[in-house]
Amino acid sequence: MHISEGILSPAVLAVGWTAAATGIAIGTRKLDADSMARAGILSAAFFVASLIHVPMGFTSVHLILNGLVGLLLGWAAFPAIFTAIALQAVFFQFGGLTTLGVNTTLMALPAVLCHYAFKSAVVSNKPRLVVAGAFGCGFFAVGLAATIFGAALFATGEAFFQAAVITVAAHVPVMAIEGLITVFCIQFLLRVDPEMLPK
Amino acid sequence: MISEELAFRDSPVHRIDPRVRLVFALLLCFATALSGSFAAPLLALGSAMGLIVLSCLPLSAVARRLVPVNIFMLFLWLVLPFTHVGEPAFTVMSLAASKPGIEIAALVTLKANAIVLFMVALVSTMSVAALGHAAHRLYFPQKLVHLLLLTYRYVFVLESEYRQLVRAAKMRSFVPASNLHTYKTYSYLAGMLLVRAHARARRVHQAMVCRGFSGVYHCLDSFAFRKADLAWIALLSLFLLAMAGVSFNYGGLGDFFRGQALPFAG
Repeated sequence: MHISEGILSPAVLAVGWTAAATGIAIGTRKLDADSMARAGILSAAFFVASLIHVPMGFTSVHLILNGLVGLLLGWAAFPAIFTAIALQAVFFQFGGLTTLGVNTTLMALPAVLCHYAFKSAVVSNKPRLVVAGAFGCGFFAVGLAATIFGAALFATGEAFFQAAVITVAAHVPVMAIEGLITVFCIQFLLRVDPEMLPK
Repeated sequence: MISEELAFRDSPVHRIDPRVRLVFALLLCFATALSGSFAAPLLALGSAMGLIVLSCLPLSAVARRLVPVNIFMLFLWLVLPFTHVGEPAFTVMSLAASKPGIEIAALVTLKANAIVLFMVALVSTMSVAALGHAAHRLYFPQKLVHLLLLTYRYVFVLESEYRQLVRAAKMRSFVPASNLHTYKTYSYLAGMLLVRAHARARRVHQAMVCRGFSGVYHCLDSFAFRKADLAWIALLSLFLLAMAGVSFNYGGLGDFFRGQALPFAG
């Protein structure tokens, strides 16, 4: 989910960059010599995970996993997602240079929010709560991202209202799939390497 | 496969100092994105195409990179003319396409393609390693540059691990379909990727500490500024000035400074 170049108004681009810069500033302050390698390599892992396409009916969608990034990295998700999106822009021309701020914000802000909303549920010792928390994490991280996507389009001009509505609606099945994938992923991590998850 | 097929080549554009390319990529992309009339983006598209020609890139590769942005543009062309109210231009099956809707779609398409071409010509012609070092020399936040270089370093490693996992799944006769088994398999695959990334991060961190890493990343690359770079700065500045000139005279920026909203900004 990337907003392409050339669409958004100067005001929306500016808000996107301001929000991204704030998040990145907070996130990099939390990155020290000990957590740098982890953030960089997890950022690379999420970049690669976004290459995974899962079938959905007649079409396929690629994994986003921004909820899981947020869960594992907290505020450091901002710089990690920023670098992953910058690499996508350089390698594949997905998103772009001027929209890097908006695209970072729309992925990373939901990631951080989901970290604080669902962390305690995911690391609790009640299996049902873990499933509910993990599903919520994946579901709402993508849902919020799609909402910010739509809001950015709408704030650019009322002409984009229908396009914004269609984009958000198209993401509802993706939200469900991301929720499911996040549940299985977290269950896997809990079994294989529970130390990866936040305390 | 992820590759930097456009970076390791030779052309006049590839020889420009990466710092100059990065600064002008930012300036030209933003100038194009902020323009609100047709004049400046047209000029931008022209100059971007000129840069593409000078960079001697294979045109098929450049065209491939224009695909993602234009898929979204196609979507806008299908929606905007029919949802934006205004004077109808033509009708398709009793749906009226409005002139302002078509105008916005055309403007956005023009700007998007110009920006992507600038990006391909100026940024994708350098390796991410060069990009990171250029950003470091231009005083970008040090930790962010370090993170970018670390991510870049391990993207290729993790991609090959991912391909290995996919091969292993195929060996076990895994055929993807829209069912729970498929989603579970892909989740475990992504999870395994994360577990391996995490284990690798621990080893890399230990190796970094062994070599005396204390939080400061030293970029040892040095760039040589050549006389030809001055000429490039002059040429690229000329593009920028021309774009500023036409947007001032033909709407957009001029209206903006005269206190009127940009035409498509709502």
